[in-house]
Amino acid sequence: MTRRLVAWAAASLLVVLFVIAVAAVAIAPAMDGAAAPRPGQGGFAAGAFYALAAVTLGGAAFVALARNILYSAVGLLASLLGAGALYVLLSADFVAIVQLLVYVGGVMVLVLFAVMLTNKITEVNVSNRSFGLFGGLLLFVAMAPVLVAVALLAPWRARPPGPMEPTTAAIGDALLTRWLLPFEVASLVLLATLVGAVVIARKELKAD
Amino acid sequence: MEHAVADPQAARLLWLIPALPLAGFVVNALLGAKLQRAFGKRAVHAVAIAAVAAAFLVALACFVELLGLPAEDRLLHQRLWNVFTIGRLSVDFAFALDPLSMTLVLVITGIGSLIHLFSVGYMADEPSYWRFFCYLNLFVFAMLLLVMGDNLAVMFFGWEGVGLASYLLISFWYSDPEKAKAGMKAFVVNRIGDFGFLLGILVLFWALGGAWMPRQGGGLRATDYQPVAELRALDGDAAAAPAVAGVKVGPTLAFRELRDQLTIEETGVRKRLDGMTLWGVPVLALVAFLLFIGAMGKSAQLPLYVWLPDAMAGPTPVSALIHAATMVTAGVYMVARLSFLFALSASAMGWVALVGALTAAFAATIGFFQYDIKKVLAYSTVSQLGFMFIGVGVGAYWAGTYHLLTHAFFKATLFLAAGSVILGCHHEQDMRKMGGLAKHMPWTRWAYLVACIAIAGFPIANGFYSKDEILWKAFTSNHLALFGVKVPWLGPAIWALGLLTATGTAFYMYRSYYMTFSGTYRGGPEADAGHGHGHEGHGHTPHESPWTVTSVLVILAAGSVLTLFLGLPALWTHAPPLFEHWLEPVLAPATKLFEFRETDHSLEWLFQGLGVAAAFAGWLAARALYKDGRSEVPARLKARFTRAWTVVYEKYYVDELYAFAVVRPLARLAALLAWFDTHLVDGIVNLVGALARFASAISDVIDRYGVDWAVNGVANLTRGAGGALRRLQTGRVQTYLYGALGGALVVVLLNFLLQ
Amino acid sequence: MTITLAHYLVVGALLFALGLVTVSTRRNAVGVLMGVELILNGANVNFVAFERFGNGLVGGHVFALFVIVLAAAEAAVGLAIVLALFQTSKSIDVRQADLLRE
Repeated sequence: MTRRLVAWAAASLLVVLFVIAVAAVAIAPAMDGAAAPRPGQGGFAAGAFYALAAVTLGGAAFVALARNILYSAVGLLASLLGAGALYVLLSADFVAIVQLLVYVGGVMVLVLFAVMLTNKITEVNVSNRSFGLFGGLLLFVAMAPVLVAVALLAPWRARPPGPMEPTTAAIGDALLTRWLLPFEVASLVLLATLVGAVVIARKELKAD
Repeated sequence: MEHAVADPQAARLLWLIPALPLAGFVVNALLGAKLQRAFGKRAVHAVAIAAVAAAFLVALACFVELLGLPAEDRLLHQRLWNVFTIGRLSVDFAFALDPLSMTLVLVITGIGSLIHLFSVGYMADEPSYWRFFCYLNLFVFAMLLLVMGDNLAVMFFGWEGVGLASYLLISFWYSDPEKAKAGMKAFVVNRIGDFGFLLGILVLFWALGGAWMPRQGGGLRATDYQPVAELRALDGDAAAAPAVAGVKVGPTLAFRELRDQLTIEETGVRKRLDGMTLWGVPVLALVAFLLFIGAMGKSAQLPLYVWLPDAMAGPTPVSALIHAATMVTAGVYMVARLSFLFALSASAMGWVALVGALTAAFAATIGFFQYDIKKVLAYSTVSQLGFMFIGVGVGAYWAGTYHLLTHAFFKATLFLAAGSVILGCHHEQDMRKMGGLAKHMPWTRWAYLVACIAIAGFPIANGFYSKDEILWKAFTSNHLALFGVKVPWLGPAIWALGLLTATGTAFYMYRSYYMTFSGTYRGGPEADAGHGHGHEGHGHTPHESPWTVTSVLVILAAGSVLTLFLGLPALWTHAPPLFEHWLEPVLAPATKLFEFRETDHSLEWLFQGLGVAAAFAGWLAARALYKDGRSEVPARLKARFTRAWTVVYEKYYVDELYAFAVVRPLARLAALLAWFDTHLVDGIVNLVGALARFASAISDVIDRYGVDWAVNGVANLTRGAGGALRRLQTGRVQTYLYGALGGALVVVLLNFLLQ
Repeated sequence: MTITLAHYLVVGALLFALGLVTVSTRRNAVGVLMGVELILNGANVNFVAFERFGNGLVGGHVFALFVIVLAAAEAAVGLAIVLALFQTSKSIDVRQADLLRE
């Protein structure tokens, strides 16, 4: 028990130190020149963003770290909801609704079903634990700073966002004109998925 | 520059040419098994043959259309759709027929139809008949894409497609592990070549100013030469590239745009490329050489030829269609197609010619001592491909292409006649068990003889005209270079090597002819004792093949003779050969870049005489040694054993040694790798280490076997890398994920570091 | 403090990284699938954010929608595979599902 606690603490410290180091060495100097703050966006939006980002990432961290697969599922739920809310902040109302319907309504239920159908509720115990922990940490330490650095350092040609407008009509237009072929292909994919999922998951009948 | 051809009627039909075989493929792939069950094999081959024959008819219509146009406007072009547009690079799915591709299309669909017809007789006993025709149609489709594609992307698509079809057909009888392995070998060796080809395309793209991100500084024409891929470019106005001298300048994959950029001085592209180097190598030579690696793989040139002899495991019609007449000539076609590019680099031309000459000689020596009739033909194919590369290497593009055409005819005849022999002898391929077939199979015999005459280079059939022109042009070329240094003696050296090879060619072809058709039949019941299944109906005497087989043989043999009229040398007629004239508009941008040495007519006469003499020498030697078969040859051979056999055996030993030399270092290599692998911690170190091991293993091979080092090195690398990488395959998704992530990470970091 | 594009990208990046950690460390196949959902969400946040701070059309949204569609399909097929795996081997430990090896 104590060993695990020590390992966790050490690893967390490592991560924090690494992120700080990266921030200090690479990201902060770059940020100085970039992104001059623009007036016009209220503190409310900023606050909401931070709160939602915290929910999203906290949920995701829960997914990654929880020992019990059910807790992971709950974490995923929180993360998906948070992401959906972020879409609202980004003026993507339709995507947010779809996120809610498909992910939270559909995918989550599927996941929970699968958990219930396959498990004795608790996750299969994690032997090889140190590898799991350190491998994951290592991966995170390797990946996250690079991605964050890319996000912060790249000279994005961002434009000031326009006013928030409903997008449903525009998306409908786009789906039936420019993206018509992918749209139809997507329907085929769904059909194939439907058939495929049934075929794969059904119990094998006697070979005839 | 798009040729503003007033869209002739036939141009709208271009898509039909590849689409018809594709349709045949789809029908047979989806319904073939059912068709065969319901209506018999007739329905299956009716679909397949109709598809290819219809494509041939459309091609003929296009040919007539093309002939009607004035010479410099001979181009049918059809753009089907835009595949992608990135920045200023726009790639269309487009077809083009100009005299060069038209020739190939006619060969592919024409000879292809005949070979389909031949297969009806040859594959009659095959249970999965439909699968064979399905693959055959797929091959024709892919080959037509390769040839008709208007840009490197479509060509590459076809290039890969023919590789796939070739793999499927070589390992057609996949339940035999040997044959399945042969297919895999062909595929893997071809991948090496394809990798070079792809690399060549990418380097070319880069050299023409393509980039994934804006470059700092910038050289010549910095302002309009740096095609920054704007985010907006996806919105459709990407085609608005800056135009210089009426030519679209910038990264492109389309052949005509490339040609215009490179050959029209005002664009400045050539000046830019001439000064450019990449990794210390002039970029033009690098591009040409990388593309040539692709040709080496596909056309079985020296380091990468190893797959072709093994490819004979496939059914004989496949050997005739894919591994003699069409696919293996794709490399030659590609060099001729990009002649304007190859001609810009004397070093690249020198290498192409040199590799071609070495391959021709090397493969011919192996061909002397084979007993399997198909193996003889396979090595002969490799050798003849070498001749084609001599042609396109020294700048006689039309002669190389003409040899491609003549070779397609006579080699298809040879292979199909061999197939007919194999069929007649109840699936016997060993020539020692044949003999005396002339009286049993008269049609086959005459076809084989005509093709032998053609390949040996007697002036009464087409082979003489192409081979002689190639060798003459090799002798008179004085612009070849190696490593950027002009080598004036290279041309004559290649000529001498080629003449020796031609003698050898005549020898081994007539050897195979006499062993097969003269003397008395050496097969028969006693030689055939363990082979009693399935043939009770027609006993054990050889028999002539059905009419579907013989008629095809007759047509192809006639073609082997008649096509000689396309290449009557200027020396005889005082007019350029018809074929040269026909290809002239395509090849002029390249051929005007260099000059051949002017020489006397008498010298040319003399050289033609030498060519004929070489053929006679080979023929007479083969006749002396192998005519009559059973009664005398064993005695004579025995008499010669003591003197000649050591030499003979030595040469044959090269072939044996080759297999031997690949296997043993490989076992050691595998052991080393196994040891190494267990001591590894992570995959990157593993790869670096494995490469180091390869280097040491390769040098080991060089020490021990000297001559064969290049061949062995490539083979070892492939098999060794396969062995090493197999251990990385744990079967666990997550391991693979780590690998993918590691790779992605490295790319991102490198990107940052290199900026 | 203004919320800029980079903020959203950081959220997307971290979602992605956490998803990767989940995918690579879970032994439970369902957990692996959850990780994949996280990864896809990370990408989606980027899509929508680029659209908002980019040219303001709906291309990014459409992309996000397609990603959601494919994610749903992937979840359905993935979970079906998990069930099939469970039926055959009574375990959904991905480390044991390596029959394809050699």
